[in-house]
Amino acid sequence: MPFGNTHNQLKMNYSAAQEYPDLSKHNNHMAKVLTEELYAQLREKATPSGFTLDDVIQTGIDNPGHPFIMTVGCVAGDEETYEVFKELLDPVIEDRHGGYKPSDKHKTDLNPDHLKGGDDLDPDYVLSSRVRTGRSIRGFCLPPHCSRGERRAVEDLAVEGLGSLDGDLKGKYYALKNMTDEEQQQLIDDHFLFDKPVSPLLLASGMARDWPDARGIWHNDNKTFLVWVNEEDHLRVISMQKGGNMKEVFNRFCTGLTKIESLFKDKGHEFMWNEHLGYVLTCPSNLGTGLRAGVHVKLPCVSKHEKFGEILKRLRLQKRGTGGVDTAAVGGVFDISNADRLGFSEVDLVQMVVDGVKLLVEMEKRLEKGQSIDDLMPAQK
Amino acid sequence: MWLACSHTGTASSFHTSPVSCLLECVLQDLLHCDYRATVDLQTTRMASTFSRVLTGRRTAMLLASLGTGALATGYLMSDINYAGAIERRKLYPPSADFPDLRKHNNCMATNLTPAIYSRLRDKVTPNNWTLDQCIQTGVDNPGHPFIKTVGMVAGDEESYEIFADIFDPVIKERHNGYDPRSMKHHTDLDSSKITHGQFDERYVLSSRVRTGRSIRGLSLPPACSRAERREVEHVAVQALAGLKGDLAGRYYRLGEMTDLEQQRLIDEHFLFDKPVSPLLTSSGMARDWPDARGIWHNFDKTFLIWINEEDHTRVISMEKGGNMKRVFERFCRGLKEVEKLIHERGWEFMWNEHLGYILTCPSNLGTGLRAGVHVKIPNLSKDPRLSKILDNLRLQKRGTGGVDTAAVGDTFDISNLDRIGRSEVELVQLVIDGVNYLIECEKRLEKGQDIKVPPPISQFRK
Repeated sequence: MPFGNTHNQLKMNYSAAQEYPDLSKHNNHMAKVLTEELYAQLREKATPSGFTLDDVIQTGIDNPGHPFIMTVGCVAGDEETYEVFKELLDPVIEDRHGGYKPSDKHKTDLNPDHLKGGDDLDPDYVLSSRVRTGRSIRGFCLPPHCSRGERRAVEDLAVEGLGSLDGDLKGKYYALKNMTDEEQQQLIDDHFLFDKPVSPLLLASGMARDWPDARGIWHNDNKTFLVWVNEEDHLRVISMQKGGNMKEVFNRFCTGLTKIESLFKDKGHEFMWNEHLGYVLTCPSNLGTGLRAGVHVKLPCVSKHEKFGEILKRLRLQKRGTGGVDTAAVGGVFDISNADRLGFSEVDLVQMVVDGVKLLVEMEKRLEKGQSIDDLMPAQK
Repeated sequence: MWLACSHTGTASSFHTSPVSCLLECVLQDLLHCDYRATVDLQTTRMASTFSRVLTGRRTAMLLASLGTGALATGYLMSDINYAGAIERRKLYPPSADFPDLRKHNNCMATNLTPAIYSRLRDKVTPNNWTLDQCIQTGVDNPGHPFIKTVGMVAGDEESYEIFADIFDPVIKERHNGYDPRSMKHHTDLDSSKITHGQFDERYVLSSRVRTGRSIRGLSLPPACSRAERREVEHVAVQALAGLKGDLAGRYYRLGEMTDLEQQRLIDEHFLFDKPVSPLLTSSGMARDWPDARGIWHNFDKTFLIWINEEDHTRVISMEKGGNMKRVFERFCRGLKEVEKLIHERGWEFMWNEHLGYILTCPSNLGTGLRAGVHVKIPNLSKDPRLSKILDNLRLQKRGTGGVDTAAVGDTFDISNLDRIGRSEVELVQLVIDGVNYLIECEKRLEKGQDIKVPPPISQFRK
C-alpha cells in the first residue's frame, strides 16, 4: 500500500506468535524459509517507502501451493526490499535459483555478437522465437506497492522514452484504458494484448490495483518488438518473430534494450540493477537477467520419449504449453525455454536455448526415422 | 529524565518516559482539537469512542495515531525510517493520485471529488487505515451489471468519522436519503411486538433473518491483522460457548473441518467459502484465508454465526416453513444473549446513535438486517405489476441462490429493501405484512380475481 505502512506498528502490540501466519499446509519457497523466529526478527522492519514483511509474504500466505510448480510466495515492493528482508529473500533466492549464494556475483552481457549461431534453427520444426525480460525504473516503487501517482509517472517516463525510438524500432503506445475496439481486437489477434491478471498469485500481491490505470502496450510498427507497461513489472520487454532465427530476435532485443536504457539515462533515470542480483524485478524468480528465451517447436516424437524430462533437465531447459505458463502442450508443439534466470548472463542463456533446441530437433528427426538417439544424449550443463 | 518534546517544543522533566510525554501531547490535542496533521476530531461524536480508546488496552495505539506525518515519533520507532515515505508523499500531491473514475458507476465514484480526496488522502484512523484503502474496492470495480455497488468499505469504526466527508454522502445515496449528520437510527430487538408472523406454508417455504455485528476495538476484515482476526474469533467463540438450551451449539473452524463435516455443512447450506467476488477480494477481507474463519451453529440448526467472513460476525436465524415470528424471536434472543456474554468479558458491539450497528460495508449500517422468505408466487411472478407492488411495499426480490441470482421456477427470495432508519422490529413487521399481501395477491390471481397495487409505505420512521 502506498506511502508507508504505519499500520505495521499496531501489530507490534501482539506477539510474533499471535501474528505468525499458519503455513502448515503451504508449499512455496517463502513457506519453506519463514520460521516463526525469522518472522519475529523481521516483522518490525520496513523499507524506506514503507513496505513491510507482511506485504512481502501476503501472496504466499494467500496461495498455499500451485499444482504444477513450486511458487516463490513473496514479492518486492521496491528495490530496498531485497536488502531490508535479505534474511528471508536470500535463502528463497538460493533455493529458487539453483544454489545462488548471497556472495555470488551476476554477469550481465547484452552483446548479441557473443551469441554463436542461432540463425539456422530449422523452420519446419521451430515455428516462432521469442526473448523477453523485465526492467524496473530506479526510484519508483514496484507494482505491488506503488501509488497511482507513481504508476502514472512510470508510464509517462516509459512512453516518453519509447517515443524516441526510431528505425525498425519506431512504434506506438496503446494505453489500456483508452483503446478503441478496433485497436483492442488487433492487439488480441497479434497475441500482444495483456489483460487484468486473474491468477490469485498475482492479485494477492496488490499489483492489479487501480486496473487499467497507467497500463499499456507499446509495439513497433513491424510488430517484432513489444513493451508492456505496468503489468507485473514496470516494463516487460519482448522481441519476437515467426520462424527460427533466434539470432535476429536476440539482436533486436539487445539493441532495443540498450537504446531504451540510454534514453532513460538522458532523462536522469536508470534501471534497478546491482552486481549481486543483476536486474531487480518484482518477483524474485525474475532476478538476474529476468530473461526467458524460448521457441515454439514441434517435438511429437521426442516429447513421448521416456528420457524427455531428463534431456531437458540436462540442457537446463523448461517446457510449457503454447498458451504460456500453466498450460499444456497442444498437438506436440511445445514452448521450450531456459530454466535459469540468475547466475548466467543473457548471452549464456540464449546460447543454451539455441544449442539445446538444435539438439532436440536433431533428436526429433532421428526418432521420426525410427533411429536411436542414445548417442545424442547430452551431459548435464 | 529531561526530554525535549519536538511536538510542543517544550522540555519537561516530570515525564518518566517518552511514551508518557507523547501521551500527554496527544491528550492535549484530543482535548483542544486544533492539531490537524493527521487526525481531525469532531468532539461531539468522537469523545465517547476516544475515551474508550484511552481507557482501553493499548496505549501504543495512541503512538500510532500520530501517523506518518509526525516526525516526533521518528526516534521512538526503533528500526523504521519513514522519511522516505514522507518525501514520497510530497512528490505526489493528492492531484497526482486521484483515481480515474470516469467510467465508474458506484456510490463512491459518484460522490468522491478531487477536493474531498485532497482533504482526506493524508489522514489516518487510529488504526492507521487510509482513504485509499477504503476506496480501493470501488476503484478496482467500476460497476456491477445489476446493481449500483457502494464502492468503499470501512477498516475500523473510526473510518466512518475520519472520512465522513465521503462516507456521509455515500450513506445518504445508498440508503435513499438517510443523512447520518442529522438523523438518528433506532434499535429495537423486542420480538414480542411482532404480529401476524406465521405465513401460509403452502406458499412460504422458508424464513430467515440475518444481520452482522462487529466487536468494538478490533479492526474490521479489510484492515485487521492476523492476530486481530484471531482475537475476534476467540471473543466470539468464547461467548457462543456460553449459549444454552435451544441455542447451545458448536464451532467448526474452516481450516480444520473434516471432509465429512464439510460435506454436511454444504448440504445444509451453512458453509461459506473464500469469496470469489472481486468486489470483496479487492477490499482485502479475504487475506490469510482460511485463518480464523469458521461457522458456529446450534444443535437444532436454526441459529448460525459466520466468523470473520465479510464482517466480524454474521448472525443468521432460519427455519423451514413460515413461522417468521419464531425465527425473529430466536434471532433477538440469541443476539441479546451473545451481547451479554461478551459484556461479561469487557467487550461490546460497535454501535452509535447515527449509524446504528457498524459493519464493514456502508450498505449494512443501521440494522444490518435482511429478513426474507422463499415464497412460491407463480401467478404473481408473471404479473407486470409485481415490481411496483414490491417497490411500494419496500421489498426486494432475489433468486433463491441469494444476491445476484435469478429465480428458479416461481420461487422468489423476498426481503426488506431498507437497512437503516427503521428498527429491526419495524423492518421485520414490514416484511411480514408485505409477504402476507403478496400471498393474498397470489390467492386472488389463482381465483381469477384482480389485485391492487398498494400505496407506498414511507421509508423512514416518523
